[in-house]
Amino acid sequence: MRILVAGETKEVKEGLTVAELLINEQVETPEYVTVTVNDDFIDPANFEKTELKENDSIEFLYFMGGGRYVVY
Amino acid sequence: MIKLKKDDFKIMLNHATAELPNEACGLIAGVKNSSDKVIKKVYLLTNTDHSNEHFSLDPREQLAAVKDMRANSLVPLGNWHSHPETPSRPSDEDKRLAYDKTASYMILSLMDRNNPVLNSFHIEGDAAEKEELVIE
Repeated sequence: MRILVAGETKEVKEGLTVAELLINEQVETPEYVTVTVNDDFIDPANFEKTELKENDSIEFLYFMGGGRYVVY
Repeated sequence: MIKLKKDDFKIMLNHATAELPNEACGLIAGVKNSSDKVIKKVYLLTNTDHSNEHFSLDPREQLAAVKDMRANSLVPLGNWHSHPETPSRPSDEDKRLAYDKTASYMILSLMDRNNPVLNSFHIEGDAAEKEELVIE
């Protein structure tokens, strides 16, 4: 089946899960990635049981943050 | 080299000033070739930490920004945030959370309110290297 990953069409197997997609896409730091499917934010606890469907649109959003510079 | 328009610098600065005493943050997008990045758009995002010591980008706004970039044929170039009271240098926390070694990490210091300082960094692991930044 075909899905859209970050705007690019990909051919993947039927029933691919979000967890499997993260592996397929070689996401290096999945613990810091938020996944959306058709704009719905997927709870990481559900990555393994969330199956993708034909024409789903998936985005990977890398956590971005930081903190203050400490002057010693 | 990374280029930023003066008007976009002002947009960034105005937002960072308005967000004081908290850190402000956002994304940068534009075009890049082999060695240069040209910022075409600065995105102002909500710091969901609402803190003067830490920032996290709002993921919903991040999603909207990513879609806007794609719609405008821009590529993500990195992010920016302000340091309200400290220098324009990456903190240990900034380095720890810099996962993308292709990104530029811009830090706007408002430590001297009359002389804001913006620098851009390439970060890999513990090493942060200042990039040549041209504001024109």
